[in-house]
Amino acid sequence: MTARDLIPIAVLTVLAALLPLVVTSSPVLNFLVFMLIVALGAQGWNILGGFGGQFSFGHAAFFGTGAYATAILQLRYGVNAWAGLVLATAAGAAVGWAIGFLSFRSGLRGSYFALVTLAFAEVFRILANAASFTGGAAGLLIKLDVHPANLQFADRAVFYWLVLALVAAVLLLTRWIQRSRFGAQLVAVRENEDAAKALGVDSLKVKLRAIALSGGVTALSGCLYAQYFLYIDANIAYGSWISVELLLAPIIGGVGTVFGPVVGALTLHGLGEVAKQFAGRIPGIDLIVFGTVLVLAVAFARGGILGLLERLRDRGRGMVARGAKEVSHAGR
Amino acid sequence: MLAVDGVSKRFGGLMAVDGASLALEPGGIVGLIGPNGAGKTTLFSMISGFVPPSDGRIRFEGTDITAEEPHRRAERGIGRTFQIVQPFAGLTVCENIAVGAYLRHAKRADATARAREVARRVGLAAELDRPAGGLTVAGRKRLELARALATEPKLLLLDEVLAGLNPSEIRDIIPVIRGIRDEGVTILMIEHVMQAVMNLCERVYVLAQGRMIAEGPPAAVCADPRVIEAYLGHGAAARLKAEGAAHG
Repeated sequence: MTARDLIPIAVLTVLAALLPLVVTSSPVLNFLVFMLIVALGAQGWNILGGFGGQFSFGHAAFFGTGAYATAILQLRYGVNAWAGLVLATAAGAAVGWAIGFLSFRSGLRGSYFALVTLAFAEVFRILANAASFTGGAAGLLIKLDVHPANLQFADRAVFYWLVLALVAAVLLLTRWIQRSRFGAQLVAVRENEDAAKALGVDSLKVKLRAIALSGGVTALSGCLYAQYFLYIDANIAYGSWISVELLLAPIIGGVGTVFGPVVGALTLHGLGEVAKQFAGRIPGIDLIVFGTVLVLAVAFARGGILGLLERLRDRGRGMVARGAKEVSHAGR
Repeated sequence: MLAVDGVSKRFGGLMAVDGASLALEPGGIVGLIGPNGAGKTTLFSMISGFVPPSDGRIRFEGTDITAEEPHRRAERGIGRTFQIVQPFAGLTVCENIAVGAYLRHAKRADATARAREVARRVGLAAELDRPAGGLTVAGRKRLELARALATEPKLLLLDEVLAGLNPSEIRDIIPVIRGIRDEGVTILMIEHVMQAVMNLCERVYVLAQGRMIAEGPPAAVCADPRVIEAYLGHGAAARLKAEGAAHG
């Protein structure tokens, strides 16, 4: 990675880190934290779906595993919340690897893989809803005990900075993937699996690595969700709402790009929030906005917002180049 | 270096390849010819590991590789191109070739440098930053060749790299293939362009209806009555001979 790869990430992170100094209202900070958690989970989806081309409809399986893992570890085993964060991430990676092993080894691709992930998430949801170990339908309440050692902070801004730091870390991870052999092989598998194999790419290994990383990152976001809101149940943690959010954000922001998931999450939730302000009386107005944005993105912005910006920039450059030519012709 | 020993492939009731054998010594270019549907590409797929044989064994440098995965065979040094070109359409030419180069070079800078070098050799240097999806047919064929070459193979399986090219494009690419051989890469090529086969191959195998029916220097094989009949039908060899005698 070169300085040019790192500077945009650093600049955006610093700018975002300054926000709580300007904005101090708790609803706004709550909104920002929630949006960053979604962005983080979406970054996880993007590793597998964007770079690996394996579209998952069931990333709730990882989000929920992260959320439940940290809650159960804290409540039932008295594990420290910070350790819970690490263990939950590892649990997500392990669940990712296992789902990947079962589905990729039997050669599932495309819509079949998507359906299998959806099925896994639903099975987890039903199990978590039924088992007493996971608190059943009543869910789990993490004890309120505000102390930095418990990953609970008096000031919401601290949690915001923590989530932001993790989002930045995953931006770096994604940039590394993009510039590494692993990333090149992952993208090759996405583009054409047989051709990749002929070039010596162990496609099963590459996909398993990708789904483990993806599961880990998304589990981390689930863990932060549980830690921030201190309550989860099966429909929150393993619900299809989060699977949809996690795949919508990258698709709208720019699938298979470093910043796509963050841009997508910001756009979706930003617009959703604006819609709620203006038409809050209509229930589900933000979902209507999500749907509209998705239709617009698919119809007019293949490659998402970032893809659209790139095309506009290229066109702009083309116009500048043509303009320069005309000027030079006129000068003659 | 490569020994294919009585390999068969059955697809349902169809024997696509029926007890075919071939043996390659290191160095040189060997052709694999035969009428359409003879099973040439299936045989290639078995050698490169994409299709498991129903019967028979394949050895590479003394090791039995019959059951090995394609990527393991690529690591061993078997490179292949696809008859129907399979570019990574969303990537640039350079990125396409780099995927192959990453097999032996873990670092991005090394792999990219290697990719540029290979691109220069096959005549793609000017297209390096273009998306592979935008290449012409000839460009895509060169890209297939470049990617396989970037894996630094010992044995290169070329599946009709000349098909679909016009005569001048064929003239351009023949020296490239010869150059690859001169660097010590053994080449086995499926080819229908007989001008190229005659020009390049020291030896050819002829596959017809899944069976290996002839083997030898190109000129001798082309005069073989069994080969003529395989292409032109039963009795064609005798008819040609009679006509030749009448005109002579």
